[in-house]
Amino acid sequence: MSDDTGMGTGSETATAPVDLFAGLEETPGVDKPDPILVAHDVVRRFGGLTAVHVQRLQVQRGSITALIGPNGAGKTTFFNLITGFDKAQAGAWSFDGTPLQGRSAHRAARLGIVRTFQLTKALARMRVIDNMKLGATGQLGEHFLPAFLQPLWGDQERRIEKQADRLLERFNLTRVRNDFAGELSGGQRKLLEMARALMSEPSFLLLDEPMAGVNPALAETIVSHVRTLRDEGLTVLFVEHDMDIVRTISDWVVVMSEGELIAEGRHSSIVTNPAVIDAYLGAHHGTPLDRAEQDRQLAEADAAITAAEGEGEGAAEAADEGEAADEEGQGS
Amino acid sequence: MDWAEIISATARTGVGTTAIVYALAAIGLNVHFGYTGLLNFGQVGFMGAGAYGVAIAVDVWGFSLWAGIVFSVFTAVLLALLLGLPTLRLRASYLAIVTIAAGEIFRILIQNPNWRETTGGANGISGFSDAFYDINPIADGSYGFGPWHYSARSLWALLVGWGLVVVFALGVGILMRSPWGRVLKSVREDEDAARSLGKNAYGFKLQSLVVGGVIGAFAGMYQAIEKSSATPGNYRPETTFFVYAALILGGVARTWGPVLGAMLMVALLELVNGILRGAVTEELIPSSLMDTTQIGQVRLILVGVGLAALVVFRPQGLFGDKREIALEDR
Repeated sequence: MSDDTGMGTGSETATAPVDLFAGLEETPGVDKPDPILVAHDVVRRFGGLTAVHVQRLQVQRGSITALIGPNGAGKTTFFNLITGFDKAQAGAWSFDGTPLQGRSAHRAARLGIVRTFQLTKALARMRVIDNMKLGATGQLGEHFLPAFLQPLWGDQERRIEKQADRLLERFNLTRVRNDFAGELSGGQRKLLEMARALMSEPSFLLLDEPMAGVNPALAETIVSHVRTLRDEGLTVLFVEHDMDIVRTISDWVVVMSEGELIAEGRHSSIVTNPAVIDAYLGAHHGTPLDRAEQDRQLAEADAAITAAEGEGEGAAEAADEGEAADEEGQGS
Repeated sequence: MDWAEIISATARTGVGTTAIVYALAAIGLNVHFGYTGLLNFGQVGFMGAGAYGVAIAVDVWGFSLWAGIVFSVFTAVLLALLLGLPTLRLRASYLAIVTIAAGEIFRILIQNPNWRETTGGANGISGFSDAFYDINPIADGSYGFGPWHYSARSLWALLVGWGLVVVFALGVGILMRSPWGRVLKSVREDEDAARSLGKNAYGFKLQSLVVGGVIGAFAGMYQAIEKSSATPGNYRPETTFFVYAALILGGVARTWGPVLGAMLMVALLELVNGILRGAVTEELIPSSLMDTTQIGQVRLILVGVGLAALVVFRPQGLFGDKREIALEDR
């Protein structure tokens, strides 16, 4: 693929050609110059637990915004609320000036907000090309009576098929065009889900852990696709746990913890933000947030071990670290 | 044992009116279960609504037969909305519970002696289909060849019945090749994915329930008009499971699966019936083991075992795609 730009080397910068965030204060809830999504006081409670309470959030148009936070922070719930898959108890949010609260999922999607899911939802017993064609909106043939009359929707169907084939080509899925989606590999399904979401020509794409369970080479492909989409004018909001990927592609990072927005800013300021480190690690400060940090800590630990050789004091600390890792590994 | 007679009875039953009724009901159920993934366990309710809709409208209220058919379709649409509106927003299993209960409620209501003047109670309603046989264009006489010989009256009923089967099977086939059908299949595969792509999954499920229900009502209407009688005994819950058996035997989510499945199922039932009857009367099966009154039950047991074997060894049915079925749980 020609548009592959690679990732994880730390040499390239992640910002858009024009810096959309120039001069912004890096505080939670800060106003953006041209927000596509504006949310106020969004609250979702499950019984006594407040899963989401986002007081203020704006998402900048044409940017890639990462939504990060420890497991259970409410990221996916917030996604579900925004896209109409869950109902908020309170709050108001609008997309491009259109109020969205109380809208069902399919109506939000028709406005141009399309999401993917943490667990990929390929439509297994439908062929790849039919998965794609389904993604197009405003199809006359989806109404009951016109459905009987192929001449009414035949032209539209051919246009949709052409569009689908172009996207399949772009996502390198042409080879499996006529296979059942259930026969694809996990990675191909991720790509299919993204390609299918693009069939509706959305203006706002919400990706829930697009790289989860994907091998590094494919993750790189997905990263480059997301970047290309941003450069074409799409706004992308994505949930991700891999801080390397967040660093590589996000223009802006929003951090949630225990349902609330605790920090916003560029990646560089987020990783040093004490509130974020607290949220991720609780009392266990020091777990690395990226590879450079990890390498530095490993070097330090090596040095410490060399120094303390023979004293056998390392065991307690190792156990502590293990605990922190366990906490992160729990399901969200 | 008179094998010639057993075989020809089987051949007659395979294309007879019972096959037509099951084929129509299974085409409707295929829309629900095969294409949309709706677990409708009360297809018999739609059949009953169809039968009693036309019977009551014609016999009690004095409608013409044709107005009665229109009224009957209207009844089926109402029933579909009544069952679907509250349950289709919930998980699939709720529709299953509600439909199986609704089918039974319907049967108990029409048996209610207090309403005998309208529903005929346990005896049902009869003698309302003169208009159907009056327009029979076939001249009197006997028609047919081989094991198939029919009076003009039976032939007329068969031709109309198979005509309906072909029209509905083709109609569903056309629908399922359209973008409308594509949305139904996406709802079957994953409702949330469909919604995330801007499809009103609830609306499509409701449409599916209405379409399949109306086809089910035509099965009931045909059964009632052909026999000129509607009785509660025809609308027991097991009828729904016979319809499922026919559908699975033929192949789920196939255009002609439910039709061929229904023909095969009733033919098999007749074949087993004939063989058992012959074996019992000729004492091939000792009378201490079973007598002729038990044939009905025993053949159902055998067919049940056969269907279980089918589901294990050939889950795609006779005409399904094994590759497609294997993807179901992935």
